[in-house]
Amino acid sequence: MTEFDVVTLGDTDHPTVGETVPSFTRPLVTEEFWEDRSLAEIYADSPVLLVFHPMDGAFPSTYMYDTLASRGIDSHAGIKLVGCSISTPYAHAELLRSTEIDAALFSDPANGVAEQFDIVNDLDGMAGISEPRPAVFLIDTDGSVLYDWVASEWPEFPEYDAIADAIAAL
Amino acid sequence: MSSEPPITVYRLQACPFCERVIRTLDGLGLSYQSRFVEPLHSRRTAVKRLCGVRTVPAIVDDRTGVTMAESANIVEYLEATYGESQ
Repeated sequence: MTEFDVVTLGDTDHPTVGETVPSFTRPLVTEEFWEDRSLAEIYADSPVLLVFHPMDGAFPSTYMYDTLASRGIDSHAGIKLVGCSISTPYAHAELLRSTEIDAALFSDPANGVAEQFDIVNDLDGMAGISEPRPAVFLIDTDGSVLYDWVASEWPEFPEYDAIADAIAAL
Repeated sequence: MSSEPPITVYRLQACPFCERVIRTLDGLGLSYQSRFVEPLHSRRTAVKRLCGVRTVPAIVDDRTGVTMAESANIVEYLEATYGESQ
């Protein structure tokens, strides 16, 4: 059996169940355009599944969105699926076109949102770049966290069954 | 909920015709929401749906119900509607 080396990530102080998520405004990318939107105005309309993921353009993000789509976990599911990575709006638009997912994606190249959520993942061997750890938050219409998961190792993928259960419990 | 400005501008980065509209909006002290669209002409479906054409800039003014493309027309409209004489 092949041994994989995984990096263990340190503890974080991210928002947990019952706490309110930090507020932020960033360009939100859809397949048609992007514009500045606040997270708060999105969850005011419907519960939000906020998914932090590695930068677009490679296997981890594409695989995660394809898996979410294949399980029906997207904006058809009674929630709004909203992603966030350090990729540019142009890269986000390309990612949305390359998958079947029904989602909108925040662009945060300076990684400030991950700092607010305390889920920064410093990238070894890439000077000056950090990105969010993989992380998932189900957020109620009042901004409180209903489900949270933050990667404790790198690489690590979301727990899709637990996400589906949390959405089913809405 | 934040209240959206009544004017939405569909624009492209580094598009001089778009910047002309933005300068006019700024000059008139009007607030607006920017929507950046696809550089690829054939993918600008949002603009096409609104205005019937795929060119930018285009604006939607909820205050007057006006939807409009072509920077010269937009500048003329903005100055006529919100300029000093009004």
